[in-house]
Amino acid sequence: MDNDLNLTQHISRRYNAELEELRSDVMAMGGLVEKQLADGLIALSTSDTEIAELVATSDYKVNSMEVAIDEKCNQILARRQPAASDLRLVVAIIKTITDLERIGDEAEKLGQLSVQLADKSVTSSQFAELRHLGDHVKTMLNNALDAFARMDVADALRTIEADKQVNDEFESIMRQLITRMMEDPREIKNALRVSWCARALERIGDHASNICEYVIYLVKGKDIRHISVDKMREELV
Amino acid sequence: MKSESEHQQQTQADTSHQSENKAADIQQEVGATIGQPFVKQPKMQARHVDVFYGEKQAIYDVSLDLGKNEVVALIGPSGCGKSTFLRCMNRMNDTIPICRVSGMITLDDEDIYAEDMDPVLLRARVGMVFQKPNPFPKSIYDNVAYGARLHGLAFNKAELDEIVITSLQKAGLFDEVRDRLHEPGTGLSGGQQQRLCIARTIAVSPEVILMDEPASALDPIATAIIEELIDELRQNYTIAIVTHSMQQAARVSQRTAYFHLGKLVEIGATNQIFTNPLHELTENYITGRFG
Repeated sequence: MDNDLNLTQHISRRYNAELEELRSDVMAMGGLVEKQLADGLIALSTSDTEIAELVATSDYKVNSMEVAIDEKCNQILARRQPAASDLRLVVAIIKTITDLERIGDEAEKLGQLSVQLADKSVTSSQFAELRHLGDHVKTMLNNALDAFARMDVADALRTIEADKQVNDEFESIMRQLITRMMEDPREIKNALRVSWCARALERIGDHASNICEYVIYLVKGKDIRHISVDKMREELV
Repeated sequence: MKSESEHQQQTQADTSHQSENKAADIQQEVGATIGQPFVKQPKMQARHVDVFYGEKQAIYDVSLDLGKNEVVALIGPSGCGKSTFLRCMNRMNDTIPICRVSGMITLDDEDIYAEDMDPVLLRARVGMVFQKPNPFPKSIYDNVAYGARLHGLAFNKAELDEIVITSLQKAGLFDEVRDRLHEPGTGLSGGQQQRLCIARTIAVSPEVILMDEPASALDPIATAIIEELIDELRQNYTIAIVTHSMQQAARVSQRTAYFHLGKLVEIGATNQIFTNPLHELTENYITGRFG
Protein backbone atom coordinates (compact mmCIF):
# COMPACT_ATOMS: atom_id res chain seq x y z
CA MET A 1 0.00 0.00 0.00
CA ASP A 2 1.59 3.25 -1.05
CA ASN A 3 1.62 6.22 1.26
CA ASP A 4 1.78 8.95 -1.27
CA LEU A 5 0.97 11.94 0.90
CA ASN A 6 3.44 14.73 0.66
CA LEU A 7 2.77 17.16 3.47
CA THR A 8 5.39 19.77 2.68
CA GLN A 9 5.90 22.50 0.11
CA HIS A 10 2.95 24.80 0.53
CA ILE A 11 3.40 28.08 -1.26
CA SER A 12 2.91 29.65 2.17
CA ARG A 13 5.91 28.55 4.24
CA ARG A 14 4.20 29.76 7.37
CA TYR A 15 1.29 27.41 6.67
CA ASN A 16 3.78 24.57 6.21
CA ALA A 17 5.33 25.44 9.55
CA GLU A 18 1.93 25.58 11.26
CA LEU A 19 0.94 22.12 10.01
CA GLU A 20 4.35 20.69 10.88
CA GLU A 21 4.12 22.17 14.36
CA LEU A 22 0.67 20.62 14.76
CA ARG A 23 2.01 17.21 13.80
CA SER A 24 4.94 17.43 16.17
CA ASP A 25 2.62 18.60 18.96
CA VAL A 26 0.53 15.46 18.44
CA MET A 27 3.66 13.33 18.56
CA ALA A 28 4.74 15.07 21.77
CA MET A 29 1.29 14.47 23.28
CA GLY A 30 1.48 10.85 22.10
CA GLY A 31 4.90 10.50 23.77
CA LEU A 32 3.53 11.85 27.04
CA VAL A 33 0.55 9.50 26.92
CA GLU A 34 2.87 6.55 26.19
CA LYS A 35 4.91 7.47 29.25
CA GLN A 36 1.78 7.72 31.39
CA LEU A 37 0.72 4.26 30.27
CA ALA A 38 4.20 2.79 30.80
CA ASP A 39 4.36 4.30 34.30
CA GLY A 40 0.86 3.04 35.07
CA LEU A 41 1.90 -0.47 34.09
CA ILE A 42 5.08 -0.25 36.20
CA ALA A 43 3.05 0.95 39.17
CA LEU A 44 0.67 -1.95 38.69
CA SER A 45 3.34 -4.62 38.46
CA THR A 46 5.74 -3.29 41.12
CA SER A 47 3.10 -1.93 43.54
CA ASP A 48 5.18 1.25 43.62
CA THR A 49 2.77 3.78 45.10
CA GLU A 50 5.04 6.70 44.33
CA ILE A 51 4.91 6.07 40.58
CA ALA A 52 1.20 5.26 40.88
CA GLU A 53 0.49 8.62 42.46
CA LEU A 54 2.67 10.39 39.91
CA VAL A 55 0.62 8.87 37.09
CA ALA A 56 -2.62 9.76 38.82
CA THR A 57 -1.56 13.40 39.26
CA SER A 58 0.13 13.98 35.88
CA ASP A 59 -2.94 13.61 33.70
CA TYR A 60 -3.45 17.38 33.73
CA LYS A 61 -0.42 17.70 31.39
CA VAL A 62 -2.13 15.51 28.78
CA ASN A 63 -5.36 17.47 29.19
CA SER A 64 -3.68 20.82 28.71
CA MET A 65 -1.90 19.57 25.59
CA GLU A 66 -5.23 18.46 24.17
CA VAL A 67 -6.71 21.92 24.76
CA ALA A 68 -3.68 23.64 23.21
CA ILE A 69 -3.66 21.45 20.08
CA ASP A 70 -7.42 21.83 19.71
CA GLU A 71 -6.99 25.59 19.77
CA LYS A 72 -4.28 25.45 17.08
CA CYS A 73 -6.56 23.30 14.91
CA ASN A 74 -9.36 25.85 15.31
CA GLN A 75 -6.99 28.64 14.31
CA ILE A 76 -5.91 26.77 11.18
CA LEU A 77 -9.52 25.98 10.23
CA ALA A 78 -10.51 29.62 10.66
CA ARG A 79 -7.48 31.25 9.06
CA ARG A 80 -6.36 28.80 6.38
CA GLN A 81 -9.57 27.00 5.36
CA PRO A 82 -7.61 23.82 4.66
CA ALA A 83 -8.78 21.48 1.88
CA ALA A 84 -8.08 17.92 0.74
CA SER A 85 -5.15 16.29 2.59
CA ASP A 86 -4.63 19.37 4.79
CA LEU A 87 -8.28 19.26 5.86
CA ARG A 88 -8.03 15.54 6.51
CA LEU A 89 -4.87 16.11 8.56
CA VAL A 90 -6.55 18.71 10.79
CA VAL A 91 -9.70 16.60 11.19
CA ALA A 92 -7.63 13.47 11.92
CA ILE A 93 -5.64 15.40 14.52
CA ILE A 94 -8.74 16.76 16.25
CA LYS A 95 -10.02 13.18 16.57
CA THR A 96 -6.63 11.67 17.45
CA ILE A 97 -6.05 14.00 20.38
CA THR A 98 -9.47 13.14 21.81
CA ASP A 99 -8.49 9.47 21.82
CA LEU A 100 -5.05 10.28 23.24
CA GLU A 101 -6.66 12.27 26.03
CA ARG A 102 -8.94 9.32 26.85
CA ILE A 103 -5.92 6.99 26.89
CA GLY A 104 -4.44 9.45 29.37
CA ASP A 105 -7.60 9.14 31.50
CA GLU A 106 -7.37 5.35 31.43
CA ALA A 107 -3.69 5.53 32.45
CA GLU A 108 -4.69 7.82 35.32
CA LYS A 109 -7.24 5.20 36.35
CA LEU A 110 -4.50 2.56 36.35
CA GLY A 111 -2.47 4.79 38.69
CA GLN A 112 -5.39 5.24 41.08
CA LEU A 113 -6.24 1.52 41.08
CA SER A 114 -2.56 0.62 41.61
CA VAL A 115 -2.55 2.68 44.80
CA GLN A 116 -5.64 0.82 46.01
CA LEU A 117 -4.23 -2.58 45.05
CA ALA A 118 -0.71 -1.97 46.37
CA ASP A 119 -1.31 -3.09 49.92
CA LYS A 120 -3.81 -5.85 49.14
CA SER A 121 -3.00 -9.49 48.81
CA VAL A 122 -3.45 -9.83 45.07
CA THR A 123 -1.95 -12.98 43.66
CA SER A 124 1.00 -12.59 41.34
CA SER A 125 -0.68 -14.68 38.62
CA GLN A 126 -3.29 -11.97 38.12
CA PHE A 127 -0.61 -9.35 37.72
CA ALA A 128 1.12 -11.59 35.20
CA GLU A 129 -2.07 -11.67 33.13
CA LEU A 130 -2.49 -7.91 33.44
CA ARG A 131 1.16 -7.33 32.56
CA HIS A 132 0.78 -9.38 29.43
CA LEU A 133 -2.33 -7.45 28.40
CA GLY A 134 -0.57 -4.20 29.33
CA ASP A 135 2.48 -4.98 27.18
CA HIS A 136 0.24 -5.83 24.30
CA VAL A 137 -1.69 -2.56 24.59
CA LYS A 138 1.53 -0.58 25.02
CA THR A 139 2.85 -2.02 21.74
CA MET A 140 -0.45 -1.19 20.04
CA LEU A 141 -0.26 2.45 21.16
CA ASN A 142 3.36 2.64 20.11
CA ASN A 143 2.55 1.23 16.66
CA ALA A 144 -0.45 3.53 16.27
CA LEU A 145 1.70 6.59 16.94
CA ASP A 146 4.39 5.28 14.58
CA ALA A 147 1.76 4.75 11.89
CA PHE A 148 0.61 8.34 12.46
CA ALA A 149 4.16 9.72 12.29
CA ARG A 150 5.00 7.81 9.13
CA MET A 151 1.46 7.87 7.70
CA ASP A 152 1.81 4.16 7.19
CA VAL A 153 -1.47 2.54 6.18
CA ALA A 154 -0.14 -1.04 6.34
CA ASP A 155 1.11 -0.54 9.92
CA ALA A 156 -2.19 1.07 10.87
CA LEU A 157 -4.13 -1.93 9.54
CA ARG A 158 -1.91 -4.39 11.42
CA THR A 159 -2.46 -2.45 14.63
CA ILE A 160 -6.22 -2.49 14.15
CA GLU A 161 -6.03 -6.25 13.68
CA ALA A 162 -4.02 -6.60 16.90
CA ASP A 163 -6.98 -5.19 18.86
CA LYS A 164 -8.84 -8.47 18.46
CA GLN A 165 -6.14 -10.25 20.47
CA VAL A 166 -6.40 -7.60 23.18
CA ASN A 167 -10.14 -8.14 23.37
CA ASP A 168 -9.66 -11.92 23.62
CA GLU A 169 -7.14 -11.51 26.44
CA PHE A 170 -9.52 -9.18 28.25
CA GLU A 171 -12.34 -11.71 27.98
CA SER A 172 -10.05 -14.41 29.33
CA ILE A 173 -9.02 -12.31 32.35
CA MET A 174 -12.67 -11.53 33.06
CA ARG A 175 -13.56 -15.23 33.00
CA GLN A 176 -10.80 -16.00 35.48
CA LEU A 177 -11.88 -13.18 37.77
CA ILE A 178 -15.52 -14.30 37.73
CA THR A 179 -14.42 -17.82 38.66
CA ARG A 180 -12.35 -16.41 41.53
CA MET A 181 -15.20 -14.28 42.78
CA MET A 182 -17.53 -17.27 42.78
CA GLU A 183 -14.99 -19.39 44.62
CA ASP A 184 -14.23 -16.84 47.31
CA PRO A 185 -16.61 -13.90 47.79
CA ARG A 186 -14.05 -12.16 50.03
CA GLU A 187 -11.99 -11.61 46.88
CA ILE A 188 -14.74 -9.71 45.11
CA LYS A 189 -13.49 -6.25 46.01
CA ASN A 190 -9.97 -6.85 44.73
CA ALA A 191 -11.11 -8.88 41.77
CA LEU A 192 -13.32 -5.97 40.72
CA ARG A 193 -10.34 -3.60 40.93
CA VAL A 194 -8.26 -5.95 38.79
CA SER A 195 -11.14 -6.15 36.32
CA TRP A 196 -11.27 -2.35 36.13
CA CYS A 197 -7.54 -2.33 35.34
CA ALA A 198 -8.13 -4.89 32.59
CA ARG A 199 -11.05 -2.85 31.32
CA ALA A 200 -8.90 0.31 31.22
CA LEU A 201 -6.25 -1.53 29.21
CA GLU A 202 -8.80 -2.94 26.82
CA ARG A 203 -10.19 0.56 26.26
CA ILE A 204 -6.69 1.86 25.51
CA GLY A 205 -6.47 -0.80 22.78
CA ASP A 206 -9.74 0.51 21.31
CA HIS A 207 -8.44 4.10 21.35
CA ALA A 208 -5.16 3.06 19.67
CA SER A 209 -7.22 1.26 17.06
CA ASN A 210 -9.28 4.44 16.50
CA ILE A 211 -6.10 6.45 15.95
CA CYS A 212 -5.11 3.96 13.24
CA GLU A 213 -8.47 4.46 11.55
CA TYR A 214 -7.81 8.22 11.45
CA VAL A 215 -4.38 7.54 9.91
CA ILE A 216 -6.06 5.56 7.12
CA TYR A 217 -8.62 8.35 6.65
CA LEU A 218 -5.81 10.89 6.51
CA VAL A 219 -3.73 9.00 3.94
CA LYS A 220 -6.40 7.35 1.81
CA GLY A 221 -9.33 9.72 2.30
CA LYS A 222 -11.54 6.75 3.18
CA ASP A 223 -13.60 6.46 6.31
CA ILE A 224 -13.22 2.85 7.41
CA ARG A 225 -14.78 3.10 10.86
CA HIS A 226 -17.28 0.51 12.03
CA ILE A 227 -16.41 -2.14 9.46
CA SER A 228 -14.56 -5.46 9.74
CA VAL A 229 -10.82 -5.66 9.06
CA ASP A 230 -11.44 -7.84 5.99
CA LYS A 231 -13.83 -5.23 4.60
CA MET A 232 -11.24 -2.54 5.36
CA ARG A 233 -8.66 -4.39 3.29
CA GLU A 234 -11.14 -4.70 0.42
CA GLU A 235 -11.92 -0.97 0.61
CA LEU A 236 -8.26 -0.03 0.56
CA VAL A 237 -7.25 -2.15 -2.41
CA MET B 1 -16.79 20.49 -37.08
CA LYS B 2 -14.28 17.73 -37.77
CA SER B 3 -14.93 14.03 -37.98
CA GLU B 4 -13.49 11.72 -35.31
CA SER B 5 -10.61 10.46 -37.58
CA GLU B 6 -9.67 13.97 -38.57
CA HIS B 7 -9.69 14.88 -34.95
CA GLN B 8 -7.32 12.04 -34.08
CA GLN B 9 -4.93 13.04 -36.87
CA GLN B 10 -5.01 16.58 -35.59
CA THR B 11 -4.28 15.39 -32.05
CA GLN B 12 -1.31 13.32 -33.24
CA ALA B 13 0.05 16.26 -35.18
CA ASP B 14 -0.36 18.45 -32.13
CA THR B 15 1.43 15.94 -29.93
CA SER B 16 4.51 15.89 -32.18
CA HIS B 17 4.50 19.67 -32.26
CA GLN B 18 4.18 19.93 -28.49
CA SER B 19 7.10 17.68 -27.62
CA GLU B 20 9.41 20.52 -28.56
CA ASN B 21 8.52 22.63 -25.58
CA LYS B 22 8.48 22.19 -21.85
CA ALA B 23 4.77 22.79 -21.42
CA ALA B 24 4.15 19.69 -23.51
CA ASP B 25 6.15 17.53 -21.10
CA ILE B 26 3.89 18.58 -18.27
CA GLN B 27 0.86 17.95 -20.48
CA GLN B 28 1.90 14.34 -20.82
CA GLU B 29 2.02 13.98 -17.08
CA VAL B 30 -1.56 15.20 -16.90
CA GLY B 31 -2.85 12.30 -19.00
CA ALA B 32 -6.53 11.57 -19.50
CA THR B 33 -9.18 13.27 -17.41
CA ILE B 34 -9.81 11.62 -14.06
CA GLY B 35 -13.31 11.48 -12.58
CA GLN B 36 -16.78 11.64 -14.09
CA PRO B 37 -16.97 14.22 -16.89
CA PHE B 38 -20.38 12.97 -18.03
CA VAL B 39 -23.80 13.05 -16.37
CA LYS B 40 -27.10 11.29 -16.89
CA GLN B 41 -29.08 14.39 -17.80
CA PRO B 42 -26.78 16.65 -19.80
CA LYS B 43 -27.87 20.12 -20.89
CA MET B 44 -24.67 20.90 -22.74
CA GLN B 45 -22.07 18.40 -23.92
CA ALA B 46 -18.52 19.19 -24.96
CA ARG B 47 -16.55 16.46 -26.74
CA HIS B 48 -12.86 16.54 -27.68
CA VAL B 49 -12.74 20.31 -27.69
CA ASP B 50 -9.45 21.87 -28.80
CA VAL B 51 -8.99 25.63 -28.93
CA PHE B 52 -6.19 27.45 -30.73
CA TYR B 53 -5.22 31.11 -30.64
CA GLY B 54 -3.34 31.29 -33.93
CA GLU B 55 -0.60 28.65 -33.64
CA LYS B 56 -0.86 28.34 -29.90
CA GLN B 57 -3.13 25.66 -28.50
CA ALA B 58 -5.03 26.81 -25.41
CA ILE B 59 -7.32 23.82 -24.78
CA TYR B 60 -6.44 20.17 -25.31
CA ASP B 61 -9.13 17.59 -25.94
CA VAL B 62 -11.61 18.62 -23.25
CA SER B 63 -14.80 16.57 -22.88
CA LEU B 64 -17.39 17.24 -20.21
CA ASP B 65 -21.12 17.66 -19.62
CA LEU B 66 -23.04 20.44 -17.94
CA GLY B 67 -25.99 18.70 -16.32
CA LYS B 68 -29.51 20.08 -15.97
CA ASN B 69 -30.02 22.18 -12.84
CA GLU B 70 -26.45 21.87 -11.68
CA VAL B 71 -23.68 24.33 -10.98
CA VAL B 72 -20.32 23.25 -12.38
CA ALA B 73 -17.29 25.16 -11.09
CA LEU B 74 -14.24 25.45 -13.33
CA ILE B 75 -11.08 26.04 -11.33
CA GLY B 76 -7.38 26.15 -12.10
CA PRO B 77 -4.37 28.47 -12.15
CA SER B 78 -4.26 31.55 -14.40
CA GLY B 79 -3.86 30.65 -18.05
CA CYS B 80 -5.14 27.10 -17.60
CA GLY B 81 -7.88 27.63 -20.17
CA LYS B 82 -10.93 27.64 -17.94
CA SER B 83 -12.22 31.01 -19.17
CA THR B 84 -11.39 30.08 -22.78
CA PHE B 85 -13.40 26.89 -22.38
CA LEU B 86 -16.31 28.78 -20.80
CA ARG B 87 -16.35 31.21 -23.71
CA CYS B 88 -16.56 28.30 -26.16
CA MET B 89 -19.86 27.29 -24.63
CA ASN B 90 -21.70 30.30 -26.14
CA ARG B 91 -19.32 31.06 -28.99
CA MET B 92 -17.94 34.20 -27.38
CA ASN B 93 -14.62 33.14 -28.92
CA ASP B 94 -16.12 33.86 -32.36
CA THR B 95 -15.35 37.52 -31.67
CA ILE B 96 -11.60 36.77 -31.54
CA PRO B 97 -10.44 36.43 -35.18
CA ILE B 98 -7.39 34.19 -34.49
CA CYS B 99 -9.34 31.83 -32.26
CA ARG B 100 -10.20 28.42 -33.71
CA VAL B 101 -12.37 25.85 -31.94
CA SER B 102 -12.58 22.19 -32.94
CA GLY B 103 -14.47 19.27 -31.46
CA MET B 104 -18.16 19.17 -30.70
CA ILE B 105 -20.29 21.24 -28.31
CA THR B 106 -24.02 20.66 -28.15
CA LEU B 107 -26.93 22.33 -26.39
CA ASP B 108 -29.79 19.85 -26.00
CA ASP B 109 -28.12 17.68 -28.67
CA GLU B 110 -27.96 20.61 -31.08
CA ASP B 111 -24.48 21.43 -32.42
CA ILE B 112 -23.85 25.02 -31.37
CA TYR B 113 -21.12 25.43 -34.00
CA ALA B 114 -23.40 24.25 -36.82
CA GLU B 115 -23.62 26.64 -39.76
CA ASP B 116 -27.32 27.30 -39.27
CA MET B 117 -26.85 28.21 -35.59
CA ASP B 118 -27.26 31.97 -35.09
CA PRO B 119 -24.70 33.01 -32.43
CA VAL B 120 -26.95 35.88 -31.28
CA LEU B 121 -29.82 33.49 -30.60
CA LEU B 122 -27.39 31.01 -29.03
CA ARG B 123 -26.17 33.67 -26.60
CA ALA B 124 -29.76 34.37 -25.60
CA ARG B 125 -30.08 30.69 -24.69
CA VAL B 126 -26.61 30.51 -23.13
CA GLY B 127 -26.14 33.78 -21.26
CA MET B 128 -22.98 35.12 -19.73
CA VAL B 129 -22.06 37.17 -16.66
CA PHE B 130 -18.60 38.70 -16.60
CA GLN B 131 -16.00 39.40 -13.94
CA LYS B 132 -16.49 43.15 -13.95
CA PRO B 133 -20.09 44.34 -13.73
CA ASN B 134 -20.72 45.93 -17.13
CA PRO B 135 -24.15 47.61 -17.11
CA PHE B 136 -24.99 49.61 -20.24
CA PRO B 137 -24.94 53.40 -19.73
CA LYS B 138 -28.73 53.33 -19.57
CA SER B 139 -31.37 53.24 -16.88
CA ILE B 140 -31.79 50.18 -14.67
CA TYR B 141 -35.05 49.44 -16.51
CA ASP B 142 -33.51 49.74 -19.97
CA ASN B 143 -30.56 47.57 -18.99
CA VAL B 144 -32.87 44.68 -18.21
CA ALA B 145 -35.31 45.43 -21.04
CA TYR B 146 -32.54 45.64 -23.66
CA GLY B 147 -32.30 41.94 -24.52
CA ALA B 148 -36.05 41.41 -24.34
CA ARG B 149 -36.57 44.25 -26.84
CA LEU B 150 -33.77 42.97 -29.10
CA HIS B 151 -35.25 39.50 -29.25
CA GLY B 152 -38.85 40.76 -29.46
CA LEU B 153 -39.91 38.95 -26.30
CA ALA B 154 -42.51 41.55 -25.32
CA PHE B 155 -45.40 42.79 -27.44
CA ASN B 156 -46.40 45.73 -25.28
CA LYS B 157 -45.26 47.89 -22.37
CA ALA B 158 -47.07 45.76 -19.79
CA GLU B 159 -45.31 42.60 -20.94
CA LEU B 160 -41.94 44.36 -20.93
CA ASP B 161 -42.62 45.69 -17.40
CA GLU B 162 -43.44 42.17 -16.34
CA ILE B 163 -40.16 40.79 -17.76
CA VAL B 164 -38.09 43.57 -16.16
CA ILE B 165 -39.70 43.20 -12.74
CA THR B 166 -39.57 39.39 -12.70
CA SER B 167 -35.93 39.40 -13.80
CA LEU B 168 -34.97 41.94 -11.14
CA GLN B 169 -36.85 39.89 -8.56
CA LYS B 170 -35.09 36.68 -9.58
CA ALA B 171 -31.75 38.47 -9.36
CA GLY B 172 -32.68 39.60 -5.85
CA LEU B 173 -32.38 43.28 -6.78
CA PHE B 174 -35.95 44.50 -7.23
CA ASP B 175 -36.61 45.58 -3.62
CA GLU B 176 -33.47 47.71 -3.64
CA VAL B 177 -34.22 49.51 -6.91
CA ARG B 178 -38.03 49.57 -7.22
CA ASP B 179 -38.16 53.36 -6.66
CA ARG B 180 -35.38 54.23 -9.08
CA LEU B 181 -35.90 52.01 -12.09
CA HIS B 182 -35.28 54.93 -14.43
CA GLU B 183 -32.04 56.05 -12.84
CA PRO B 184 -28.75 55.00 -14.49
CA GLY B 185 -27.57 51.42 -13.82
CA THR B 186 -24.04 52.69 -13.41
CA GLY B 187 -25.11 54.52 -10.23
CA LEU B 188 -25.58 51.25 -8.34
CA SER B 189 -22.97 49.68 -6.04
CA GLY B 190 -20.65 47.00 -7.47
CA GLY B 191 -22.68 44.12 -6.04
CA GLN B 192 -25.95 45.68 -7.24
CA GLN B 193 -24.47 46.25 -10.71
CA GLN B 194 -23.47 42.59 -10.89
CA ARG B 195 -26.99 41.52 -9.89
CA LEU B 196 -28.30 43.95 -12.54
CA CYS B 197 -26.13 42.14 -15.11
CA ILE B 198 -27.53 38.82 -13.89
CA ALA B 199 -31.07 40.25 -14.22
CA ARG B 200 -30.20 41.37 -17.76
CA THR B 201 -29.01 37.85 -18.55
CA ILE B 202 -32.12 36.24 -17.04
CA ALA B 203 -34.46 38.64 -18.89
CA VAL B 204 -34.01 36.80 -22.20
CA SER B 205 -34.96 33.47 -20.57
CA PRO B 206 -31.67 31.64 -21.05
CA GLU B 207 -31.31 27.89 -20.44
CA VAL B 208 -27.67 28.04 -19.39
CA ILE B 209 -25.82 30.80 -17.54
CA LEU B 210 -22.03 31.06 -17.81
CA MET B 211 -20.30 33.10 -15.13
CA ASP B 212 -16.72 34.23 -15.45
CA GLU B 213 -15.54 35.13 -11.94
CA PRO B 214 -18.80 36.92 -11.16
CA ALA B 215 -17.89 37.89 -7.61
CA SER B 216 -14.16 38.55 -7.79
CA ALA B 217 -14.62 42.32 -7.74
CA LEU B 218 -17.16 42.26 -4.90
CA ASP B 219 -16.96 42.53 -1.12
CA PRO B 220 -17.82 39.46 1.03
CA ILE B 221 -21.44 40.50 1.64
CA ALA B 222 -22.17 41.18 -2.04
CA THR B 223 -20.35 37.91 -2.80
CA ALA B 224 -22.55 36.00 -0.36
CA ILE B 225 -25.68 37.50 -1.97
CA ILE B 226 -24.48 36.48 -5.46
CA GLU B 227 -23.66 32.96 -4.23
CA GLU B 228 -27.08 32.63 -2.63
CA LEU B 229 -28.57 33.81 -5.91
CA ILE B 230 -26.57 31.21 -7.89
CA ASP B 231 -28.02 28.50 -5.66
CA GLU B 232 -31.56 29.77 -6.28
CA LEU B 233 -31.02 30.12 -10.04
CA ARG B 234 -29.92 26.49 -10.19
CA GLN B 235 -33.56 25.45 -9.78
CA ASN B 236 -34.31 26.82 -13.26
CA TYR B 237 -31.01 26.99 -15.11
CA THR B 238 -27.79 25.14 -15.78
CA ILE B 239 -24.82 27.14 -14.53
CA ALA B 240 -21.08 26.99 -15.18
CA ILE B 241 -18.89 29.27 -13.10
CA VAL B 242 -15.21 30.08 -13.44
CA THR B 243 -13.73 31.18 -10.16
CA HIS B 244 -10.33 31.77 -8.60
CA SER B 245 -11.81 31.38 -5.14
CA MET B 246 -11.72 27.73 -4.22
CA GLN B 247 -13.94 28.36 -1.23
CA GLN B 248 -16.49 29.85 -3.62
CA ALA B 249 -16.29 26.80 -5.90
CA ALA B 250 -16.74 24.60 -2.83
CA ARG B 251 -19.73 26.62 -1.64
CA VAL B 252 -21.74 27.03 -4.83
CA SER B 253 -21.09 24.05 -7.09
CA GLN B 254 -22.25 20.46 -7.25
CA ARG B 255 -19.39 19.40 -9.51
CA THR B 256 -15.93 20.86 -9.85
CA ALA B 257 -13.58 20.64 -12.85
CA TYR B 258 -9.86 21.29 -12.43
CA PHE B 259 -8.00 22.63 -15.49
CA HIS B 260 -4.22 22.67 -15.81
CA LEU B 261 -2.27 23.96 -18.83
CA GLY B 262 -5.27 23.64 -21.12
CA LYS B 263 -6.26 20.14 -20.07
CA LEU B 264 -9.15 18.99 -17.94
CA VAL B 265 -7.21 17.11 -15.26
CA GLU B 266 -10.01 16.04 -12.98
CA ILE B 267 -13.75 16.49 -12.62
CA GLY B 268 -15.95 15.11 -9.90
CA ALA B 269 -18.45 15.82 -7.16
CA THR B 270 -17.42 18.99 -5.32
CA ASN B 271 -17.61 17.13 -2.01
CA GLN B 272 -15.04 14.66 -3.24
CA ILE B 273 -12.75 17.14 -5.01
CA PHE B 274 -12.33 19.26 -1.87
CA THR B 275 -11.86 16.42 0.60
CA ASN B 276 -10.19 13.70 -1.43
CA PRO B 277 -9.07 14.71 -4.93
CA LEU B 278 -7.75 11.85 -7.04
CA HIS B 279 -5.09 13.67 -9.06
CA GLU B 280 -1.95 15.03 -7.47
CA LEU B 281 -2.17 18.25 -9.49
CA THR B 282 -5.68 18.91 -8.16
CA GLU B 283 -4.49 18.19 -4.63
CA ASN B 284 -1.54 20.57 -5.05
CA TYR B 285 -3.71 23.35 -6.44
CA ILE B 286 -6.50 23.27 -3.88
CA THR B 287 -4.14 22.94 -0.92
CA GLY B 288 -1.91 25.77 -2.16
CA ARG B 289 1.18 23.67 -2.83
CA PHE B 290 3.74 24.00 -5.58
CA GLY B 291 2.61 22.24 -8.72
